[in-house]
Amino acid sequence: MSLEIVVDRPKTLLPTPTHYCPGCGHGVIHRLVAEVIDELGIREKTVVVAPVGCAVLLYNYFDLDAYEAAHGRAPSIATGCKRVRPDLVVFTYQGDGDFAAIGTAEAVHVAARGEKITTIFVNNAVYGMTAGQMAPTTLVGQKTTTCVNGRSAETAGYPVRMSELIATLEGAAYVARVAVSNPRYVIQAKKVIRKAFETQIKGLGYSMVEVLSQCPTNWHMTPLESTKWVEEKMMQYYPLGEFKVPKEA
Amino acid sequence: MAKKEFMSGNDAIAEAAIQAGCRFYFGYPITPQNEIGERMSWRLPQVGGGFIQAESEVSAIYMVMGAAGAGARVMTSSSSPGISLMQEGISYIAAAELPCVIVNMMRGGPGLGGIQPSQSDYFQATKGGGHGDYHLLVLAPSTAQEAVNLTMFAFDLADKYRNPVMILGDGNIGQMMEPVEFKPPEKQIATEKDWVVAGAKNRPRRIIKTLYLNPVILEKRNLEIARKLDGAVKNEIRFESYMTDDAEIIIAAYGTVARIAKTAIKILREEGIKVGLLRPISLYPFPSQAFAEAAGKVKNILVVEMSLGQMLQDVKLATCGRTNVHFYGRVGGLVPSFDEIVAQVQKIVKGGKTA
Repeated sequence: MSLEIVVDRPKTLLPTPTHYCPGCGHGVIHRLVAEVIDELGIREKTVVVAPVGCAVLLYNYFDLDAYEAAHGRAPSIATGCKRVRPDLVVFTYQGDGDFAAIGTAEAVHVAARGEKITTIFVNNAVYGMTAGQMAPTTLVGQKTTTCVNGRSAETAGYPVRMSELIATLEGAAYVARVAVSNPRYVIQAKKVIRKAFETQIKGLGYSMVEVLSQCPTNWHMTPLESTKWVEEKMMQYYPLGEFKVPKEA
Repeated sequence: MAKKEFMSGNDAIAEAAIQAGCRFYFGYPITPQNEIGERMSWRLPQVGGGFIQAESEVSAIYMVMGAAGAGARVMTSSSSPGISLMQEGISYIAAAELPCVIVNMMRGGPGLGGIQPSQSDYFQATKGGGHGDYHLLVLAPSTAQEAVNLTMFAFDLADKYRNPVMILGDGNIGQMMEPVEFKPPEKQIATEKDWVVAGAKNRPRRIIKTLYLNPVILEKRNLEIARKLDGAVKNEIRFESYMTDDAEIIIAAYGTVARIAKTAIKILREEGIKVGLLRPISLYPFPSQAFAEAAGKVKNILVVEMSLGQMLQDVKLATCGRTNVHFYGRVGGLVPSFDEIVAQVQKIVKGGKTA
């Protein structure tokens, strides 16, 4: 008797044992991106630019040509690549430190130029790889290793809402915020990621998907508690939704 | 024969790059090299290339990295403070072994400094500049024509060694207008770019990376890059010897200062003082052997720079105490005049010491 395969690993994903922590959102997000690439049939012409942060090793998971960027510079590398080879589909995958702190200039200007690339921006409100420091997206009151009593607005200011910021730029064609904390959000996230890639393929401009993700390890929570925290705390400050949709002809 | 055109060094470099096959330029305006980016902005679209005025030098150098990784001939240009901003990316490009050409039209520093010519980024250019063990290949033109020739050659050199090549000029080389002729190198070095990122179609994926968490592998990577550069040290040394055959004193200078030294040498020879010039054209690799040989023949070498003594250290290393090494330098954007150099040589002849 032969068994029918109902669910398989996307072709774009390699059978790599994960280095991400239990409950981390990166694995789900990787899979969603890989599924979209498979479904669009673009694996052989897609290039990914890895960030600095937990996802620096993402080329171990994606069966794609890849660059590994310096911290915050992925949009510039993607720009250089896309300008040379406009037929490629180029995307950056960046964390909150990468996209909203050290690489803010690059993030703003890649959108302002309307560069025909896509950014998957993973916001988990903390620095993961360096083990739990404050991020530009850390919520006021949230405890990290560099704000042990909770982020103080007085001394550390306020978390940055990148989607809202990027959506103000004319060159940004598609900007949306999603989450991966439960199956309903995961299904929605995949649709949005697909739309972002389609925006690029149609040449409509820059597309960015902010994914609210959970970091149980550095939040000092169980995976279940962390998904609840995304929904109860993060979504209050970072509402889900589409902030900019392409003006299609 | 191609007809000569009257151009600034900056314009000439931009045109030479295009004729050498450069198709992408990413940069940020800074004086005194703006003519390069300005010309690139309208010339590159004419030849099917691309230009971006980036939001910063930091971003520009990563656009260079992206374009180089995608297989294009690509360049950027800047001046001292802007080159400092690019050092992070230059280190990554060297680590990833990607070819590109970087022009630095040096201006007076440190800090914001000034906008007049200087040679005070010699250390930064020749010793690495950014973090980690690596070197740029550094070429220093002394005329607009040489800037043209070296720029064209720089792209071949970058491809051959898969290493960033720097054209190290100064504000004077960039701004001065001279007649130039564009003659692309007769044979371009054919290099197969089997590392280019272009989509993993019918082949395993390619990764352009610089992170090696395993120290054993990272040491191996460092040694591979070092061995590669050893090849450049053996094969890519360039210098000019000017009236050194009978010289009793040798002046060491590069770029703008070398031109001024030639005027000083003519005057000194009329006075009967036998002076010659050793002019490094490649600053890395440095023509150490030429200086070692000179040290065996003359008792005095005078190093003249628009710095407080940077190339001086390489001359001292090469001559290893076997001759007197004197130094004269002007900084801040001031250029040593030929009569200042004449006076320094006269002092040495009289038995004085200048450094």
